[in-house]
Amino acid sequence: MTAVGTRMLRKEDPKLLTGEAKFIDDIQVPGQLWMAMVRSTMAHARIAGVDTAEAESFPGVHAVYTGAQLQDMDLWIDALPCAWPVTDDMVNPPHFPAAVTEVHHVGEIIAVVLAESRYQAADAVEGVVVDYEPLEAVASIDAAIAGEATAHSEHDSNKAYHWPLIPDPDALEAAFADAAHTIAAEFVQQRLIPTPMEPRGVLAVPSPHGGDITLYSSTQVPHILKVMLAATTGLAESKIRIIAPAVGGGFGAKLNINPDEILAATLANRLGRPVRWTESRSEAAFSTHQGRGQQQRIELAADADGKLLGCRVHIDADMGAYMMLIGPGVPLLGSFLYTGVYDVPAFGFTCDGYFTNLTPTDAYRGAGRPEASYAIERAMDILAGEVGLDPVEIRRRNYLAGGEEFQDLTVASTLVFDSGHYGPSLDLALEMSDYEGLRAEQQRRRDAGESIQLGIGLCTYVEMCGLAPSRVLAGLNYAAGGWEHATVRLLPTGKVEVVSGATPHGQGHETSWSQIVADKLGVDPADVTVLHSDTAMSPLGLDTYGSRSLSVGGVAIAMACDKVIDKARQIAAHQFEASPEDMEFTAGTFAVAGSPDKSVTIQEVAFGAFTAHDLPDGLEPNLQEQVSFDPPNFAFPFGTHVAVVEVDETTGNVELVGYTAIDDCGNQINPLIVEGQVHGGIVQGAAQALWEVANYDDDGNCTNPSLLDYLVPSAMEVPNFKTGFTTTPSTSNPLGVKGVGEAGTIGSAAAVINAVCDALSGYGVRDIQMPATPQRVWRTIRDAKGGAA
Amino acid sequence: MIPAAFDYVSADSADAAVAALAEHGDDAKLLAGGHSLIPLMRFRLATPAVIVDIDKVGDLSYIRAEGDHIAIGALARHRAVQTSDLLQAEAPLLAHVASKVGDPSVRHRGTLGGSLAHGDTASDLPAALLALGGSVVARGPGGDRVIEASDLFTGFLETALAPDEILTEVRVPRAAGVGWSYQKLNRRAQDWAIVGAAVMMGDQPRVALVNMDSTPIRSAAVEQALAGGASPADAASVAAEGTSPPEDLNADAEYRSHLARVLVERGIEEATG
Repeated sequence: MTAVGTRMLRKEDPKLLTGEAKFIDDIQVPGQLWMAMVRSTMAHARIAGVDTAEAESFPGVHAVYTGAQLQDMDLWIDALPCAWPVTDDMVNPPHFPAAVTEVHHVGEIIAVVLAESRYQAADAVEGVVVDYEPLEAVASIDAAIAGEATAHSEHDSNKAYHWPLIPDPDALEAAFADAAHTIAAEFVQQRLIPTPMEPRGVLAVPSPHGGDITLYSSTQVPHILKVMLAATTGLAESKIRIIAPAVGGGFGAKLNINPDEILAATLANRLGRPVRWTESRSEAAFSTHQGRGQQQRIELAADADGKLLGCRVHIDADMGAYMMLIGPGVPLLGSFLYTGVYDVPAFGFTCDGYFTNLTPTDAYRGAGRPEASYAIERAMDILAGEVGLDPVEIRRRNYLAGGEEFQDLTVASTLVFDSGHYGPSLDLALEMSDYEGLRAEQQRRRDAGESIQLGIGLCTYVEMCGLAPSRVLAGLNYAAGGWEHATVRLLPTGKVEVVSGATPHGQGHETSWSQIVADKLGVDPADVTVLHSDTAMSPLGLDTYGSRSLSVGGVAIAMACDKVIDKARQIAAHQFEASPEDMEFTAGTFAVAGSPDKSVTIQEVAFGAFTAHDLPDGLEPNLQEQVSFDPPNFAFPFGTHVAVVEVDETTGNVELVGYTAIDDCGNQINPLIVEGQVHGGIVQGAAQALWEVANYDDDGNCTNPSLLDYLVPSAMEVPNFKTGFTTTPSTSNPLGVKGVGEAGTIGSAAAVINAVCDALSGYGVRDIQMPATPQRVWRTIRDAKGGAA
Repeated sequence: MIPAAFDYVSADSADAAVAALAEHGDDAKLLAGGHSLIPLMRFRLATPAVIVDIDKVGDLSYIRAEGDHIAIGALARHRAVQTSDLLQAEAPLLAHVASKVGDPSVRHRGTLGGSLAHGDTASDLPAALLALGGSVVARGPGGDRVIEASDLFTGFLETALAPDEILTEVRVPRAAGVGWSYQKLNRRAQDWAIVGAAVMMGDQPRVALVNMDSTPIRSAAVEQALAGGASPADAASVAAEGTSPPEDLNADAEYRSHLARVLVERGIEEATG
């Protein structure tokens, strides 16, 4: 059987494409109240008063509660959780679902309205009058570092933590002291608004007499939400059921425990009526965390041949107003990867986290690794210029293991890379992109003095995915584990049910898991049903983020299949009075070795296990097994991306005209899904490079919260991608698989900006800040030319 | 976003719409394709008490030749303007500019009359009308009157249309064979122009600019230079003269002025090439 490795069409799509799948707004329950938030219009202020009288008189309004009133209602026993206090002394100001005395970012909840309709709730919000006493806002990382004002009045500094990773300080000093070449560069990872296709939403349905509550949430993490909701509210965990219905993308934005979820659950429970809320698109810039928000300084030391000797990195990370679920740890996820795919003898990394009066930050597609990949890959291009080498050559000279295949290699940041083989990836990328031809065309345009210049940018990335293993996470102060749970059961009729704790939100798990099970058990993929995303049906799990579903959750399913086969083998052997060791299992059929006529299908075995009429002594009925898999190591996907841009020097306009991506995610289950992940990932990284930025004014107001001004690119803005793959199996799991959900994003921002800088290098430009907007590019060229437009 | 409450009136003729406007006065807004008004209402930047829906008025979608001009019903969709054989032959600038508005769903819903009546300086179609030297017909309680394009745009999102008038027809001169160009720089295909430039050469060259002032404008300086026989580069060098470019996240005034010069030069070259 060969379902694995085929381009099976996604099982999910007929439901999604016909509108049959139910997203949260498709779920309506009788008696529901709509919740709407009165959000702060100031980034930092004391709340002098909140007048709700007029709003309460509006038609359809059930109640209006201020933050102070909510606090008095004893709806919760603890603040919103931060599961990743990266240091023991990390500052973590309490973050309650609604502000009581002081607001710390625009959009923080000051009061909530509950009304019979969404329109009435929105009207009533406008009737609430808030009296602010303005405080000075900390509206940027620079302002946070300067510390003239503090984001939280009770603090005397904005610094939240300092986290160092310097394995050998003396070696690092020596590396720079001895270097023939050193370069230093500073980069800004601008804030991004995640923008999944479906905004967030929540619907809490209480059972006033049963005491239990069902919370529908457009979340990536129903299992984590269940634990955290219990811990935050004091509701019994066993009384909470979380359902993530069809979820329209997340990109990390739905990997959190949010005020709205706590408010909906507790108010529904208190009032005995369902409570729902759906984020508006413009509200999302304030009600959902943002991504990136870092300032990076990277220094490289190299010998006369461009061979790396050392790498030193410091980043200042913008936490925003509060510590969210894993926000403080996001920079750490990148910290180990600042030496990239290169053999760097000495390494040092430090990170300072700062509070600002801006929307909190947390994981966004890649979470720390796109930032790391960007810094090292931009720095390698700058070093190439310093040493006088082509960007290809400087990379080749520095690859780990000389670009040859390796397994379980310890790198400078102390991690062990499971496997890698970087040379062929680069070779294939150069061939498929026609690198030589592109360079010739670039030279031709330069020689001809054409106004449309060509730029070619490389990124040879590596990332760490498959968030796990639990013991390593413990060493990083991460409060949860990294395992994943799976159950595989054969039903009496021979169909297969798989229960997965990895919660999909668009990835196609139902398809990929079916392919794994089909090959393992020798059944038709159509006979496999995957259950997920409901804690009543899938009680154990750690959900989907960090490109972990396949390399942890998918592997757990494969391992559970093996356990099912082991048990079925005993039953089959019993039937033929043979030894289990003599039973061969091929294509779904058990046969006695040497006696192929003595055979039974696994479906027949399943029925026998169900009737239990004739089981071996001591064997329990039914064919159902479960596995919690905790991998021994992360998986480290890698690849080579080549971006080609045209830069109109007259207008500064940048057009992405070509893109070649060679990715290696180990063994592939479904190449169609892999390519889809790569395509979307490329666009999301290119979006940071060329279009997206959450822009803030000096008072801490986001000036482009709507899709009118926050420019998410569409298919019109990107070329057709060329994708290619190499296959270097992971040693971290028995399937040899690595994640691919974030790889495209981790590779593409650096590739695109390297291409832009390559195009501009003819004018003597060394760097340009993201996003490379037409105005910024035009002004950069003009300034490089000495001010003449 | 959630719009505020409003009353809804569906008008089945232009006269019925005029009557509804007369009845409800300043509280009423006309709804055609909805691609300008509905976003404003969802942001609660516009909170009209009454919506007069003219989308079902059946006889305002025509595109026909009438003597020396082409007459276009105000409710003609951008897509119809874009694909009209008549316009492609007789006023290709207008058909081309319609193809540059928004994205396919906008072009299938949005109307020519609605875009002109909205009068957004960042919109493409007002510049086309200005460059073509067209006009619009407004119907009010007292009957029809013609407003020249150069008199139509009076301020930021303001036009010469009275609150009780409805724009019923757009007229553009037949201009087969006259050199034309539309240059637009935007960051995504669906976006408004950062700056745009519409150029019609002919006996009396006309050059209109998008997003270079609080209203759609003609560039008198460029037109004078062209009339005086200036080269494309020389004529374009004065493209920003007399303008007050808006500033936003995409562009400051200096960059917009630069773009106006670049795009006008490219436009003149293409229109004369």
